[in-house]
Amino acid sequence: MSERKSLPVVADAPADPSRRAFMRTAAAGAAVAALSSCGVEMEDFLRGHFKEFSPDELRHVLAKVERKNLERFGKKTTVSATGPRPGVEFGYGLDLSRCVGCRRCVYACVAENNPSRQSPQIQWIRVMEMDKEHGVDLAHANHYYEADAVPRPGKFYMPVQCQQCRNPPCVKACPTQATWKEKDGIVVIDYDWCIGCRCCMSACPYGARHFNWATPTLPADELNPHQHYLGNRPRPKGVVEKCTFCIQRTREGRYPACVEVCPVGARKFGNLLDPESEIRRVMETKRVFVFKEELATHPQFYYFYAT
Amino acid sequence: MSGAAEFVKGSARLLVTGGRAYKAWVAALLALVAVGAIAYVHQVRTGLIATNMRDQVSWAFYIGNFTFLVGVAAAAVLLVVPAYVYQWKPIKEVVVLGELLAISALTMCLLFILVDMGRPDRFLHVMPLLGTPNWPRSLLAWDALVLNTYLLLNVALVLYLLFKTYRGEHYDRRIFLPLVLLSIPVSISTHTVTAFLYNGMAARPYWNASILAPRFIASAFCSGPAVMIILFQILRRTNRFPIKDEAIWKIAELMSYAMFLNLFLLGAELFKEYYSATEHLRYTQYFWGGLDGHRALVPYAWLSLTCSVAAFVLFLIPRTRRNYVTLNLGCLLIWAGVYIEKGMGLIIPGFTPDTLGEIYEYTPTATEWAIAAGVFGVGFLVFTALVKIAAPILVGTFRAPERVAAPGPSGAGFPAH
Repeated sequence: MSERKSLPVVADAPADPSRRAFMRTAAAGAAVAALSSCGVEMEDFLRGHFKEFSPDELRHVLAKVERKNLERFGKKTTVSATGPRPGVEFGYGLDLSRCVGCRRCVYACVAENNPSRQSPQIQWIRVMEMDKEHGVDLAHANHYYEADAVPRPGKFYMPVQCQQCRNPPCVKACPTQATWKEKDGIVVIDYDWCIGCRCCMSACPYGARHFNWATPTLPADELNPHQHYLGNRPRPKGVVEKCTFCIQRTREGRYPACVEVCPVGARKFGNLLDPESEIRRVMETKRVFVFKEELATHPQFYYFYAT
Repeated sequence: MSGAAEFVKGSARLLVTGGRAYKAWVAALLALVAVGAIAYVHQVRTGLIATNMRDQVSWAFYIGNFTFLVGVAAAAVLLVVPAYVYQWKPIKEVVVLGELLAISALTMCLLFILVDMGRPDRFLHVMPLLGTPNWPRSLLAWDALVLNTYLLLNVALVLYLLFKTYRGEHYDRRIFLPLVLLSIPVSISTHTVTAFLYNGMAARPYWNASILAPRFIASAFCSGPAVMIILFQILRRTNRFPIKDEAIWKIAELMSYAMFLNLFLLGAELFKEYYSATEHLRYTQYFWGGLDGHRALVPYAWLSLTCSVAAFVLFLIPRTRRNYVTLNLGCLLIWAGVYIEKGMGLIIPGFTPDTLGEIYEYTPTATEWAIAAGVFGVGFLVFTALVKIAAPILVGTFRAPERVAAPGPSGAGFPAH
């Protein structure tokens, strides 16, 4: 598969973007003064939806993000908007019998995806410690376990992150179409379109969505310069973010950071449409289940017990 | 229209004239608004981290107030129904005052949504034509539509009716009546859509019960009219407003039925949760009895229930319903009861424990209190101003100059009481 789509699918765009752009310009007049005094740029105020961008506009927007990164962090970055590959649908498998609860995935994810480090501290993966005798029981899960050594006797560990649902309640709830599901299954957010209403957070059954309650704190030396527009580019204050299966890596054929770092091989990742992939092998030979299956969100994230 | 300029001038004159009590009231409200504005500037600068909301409890005080006020907005207009059914004489006044209350409540609703937004500068993204509203799937997109429609409808009705009356002309029933009748289903739909906003979320079992929308309507029928009852009494005193005792008592009686329904639905909900005792019980437990030592809301839960039951009894017994001391006490109790139940009591337990079972105990920060006070200040200010202009028009002391034999409308303000 060498053919790669480098631009978003414009065919999905709502009808008649030019009229919308005109209406926006027409309506903007009164708001201009008020907004510019709050430090909001006119260009951002008048921009359209990501899916409406022409190839030229997209190039312009990506260059602008790189410029802003340079201003803010004094560091050169590359920001892409690589689209989904045809014939690819990502699937994720997590082996609960292997996971030891070391949280290396949590910190590899933080290092890769440029979230806020402190107040608020944002982590896209949450590992819960549970009692073996209770099984998966959220009422007695320990989210903040501190152990000298893991796994602790009698305990097992359940990491949770965005389940990339096929029927995503967050996408349904979003009032502005600022979050959507891509053709390869990744649910993405345009941080420049999100209005910060947090409906998606109420709708998500997995606690996978996180809000930038303040301007994210991200030291320049910890910035990952390899960025995707819909993924790990630095976020502004007041918008929602979440796991994207490391879109900046996986669309280039690499593994997500959490898969790569897992010391016990509990994390599996691959193309669900490829019969030879590891994830397909897991699904065909192991007993898999999805989290909160009764909600019919149909995740592309599967849990299983290999042993 | 030359009449319009006169109307605006006359209205402005009404707003700046008034007794000492009126001026003190307005000054107090302006002070509240100032406090809220300062707090909001702080929140915009630092972000919503100025609140105590976090990822676990991602909606809280602002959205709770919003929900309560949607009920107030809806119910004020619902008073039109009994007014028609029982053929009250001052139907026009009831309609107008209900709509004035709705306009103020909706102003507060929209402000509460605004202060809760992470990116208020991007409000255009939800507008039809200008942005990309997620039609028809997102309930918040629906809510924005029905709330704004309801606001526009009320503004149009009030302006039409008041201006006509001011000009000394009769309103055209062919315009007035359809609009009033339309405002009734729209008012119910605003509240229903708001209930569906929570109701539709399968991730939050506390909200995901079909009883939610009926309970919303039932409790709205209590909180909205409670404001109206008190308002009627004030206007009767200050403007010789023609509202009979019987009308007020009838409203109180209807409120007691609504409160009964509200309490019954609450009981049905509590029974189902406690008897089946599934894992979904935890949210109800958190509100009514505390969970793992977290008891922040428990006193409020019981206070709310006590207020609601007491008000129900006061409004049910004819003697206490007809006594203005107990009647007004009942109105205050209803406000307190419904405010807790529909505000914090609905929103916070929906998030506690969160979807992964974590308990984050939320209480509002000073910033949140200040901003909420500011929003209420704006709402009461809008309401005061609207009533200050509307009441003299309705009782006939504020008229277009060419329609009045006596000199000018200058004496049309509230007598200082």
